[in-house]
Amino acid sequence: MSTKNFLFVNRKAPYGTVYALEALEVVLISAAFEQNVSLAFIDDGVYQITKGQNSRETGMKNFSPTFRALGDYDITKLYVSTESLTERGLTVDDLMELTYEDADDDYAEKPSIILVNREEMAAMMAEQEVILSF
Amino acid sequence: MSMLHIVNKSPFERVAFASCLAHAKAGDSILMIEDAVVGAVDGSSFADKVKAAMSDKTVYVLGADLAARGLEGKAIDGIVSVDYAGFVDLTANNDTTQSWL
Repeated sequence: MSTKNFLFVNRKAPYGTVYALEALEVVLISAAFEQNVSLAFIDDGVYQITKGQNSRETGMKNFSPTFRALGDYDITKLYVSTESLTERGLTVDDLMELTYEDADDDYAEKPSIILVNREEMAAMMAEQEVILSF
Repeated sequence: MSMLHIVNKSPFERVAFASCLAHAKAGDSILMIEDAVVGAVDGSSFADKVKAAMSDKTVYVLGADLAARGLEGKAIDGIVSVDYAGFVDLTANNDTTQSWL
């Protein structure tokens, strides 16, 4: 099977709609097919990876810890829009510390989150072969 | 006659929240639930609109929805956090309720 560049674009806040959870399910499935998978978080998608999510009172499952597992599936590139964070009064310090262990570098722990501006995000999107937007 | 305005959409995705603020009258109450709670965060590009509304209206946020999105403690000073029982009290204590979907 050929390997393609897959990008999952996350644009919705979690919990208010099912998009964020469904996207994460598809991301995990795609990982099983050994594709080159990247994630983008733009617009309200940045709320999906905020730290300290506690959905207990809402009766909904807090699925944010699943993002921590992506590194184990070799999904190590999570592009986050700096403009989207700024518009929302957030900084990278408000996001979970998501990391992966680099097998090519003695399993050193490295950050998965890559902060990019809109121009860099557009350039990264232009390099993709399959883009799925949620 | 006081009205409770309930808004549940992110102001960064839909214009419903901005429209709600534009139509709410002095003395009214505004309650943010679900994805609308992201509008409560201080320092955002939407915060000034909420602060302006707070000059003559009372603004509430459903605390459970704020916590779910990891935004607890980031709300604009003066926004009142309520639980589900508080939500019920607000609907009971206002003459009318309008949902901005």
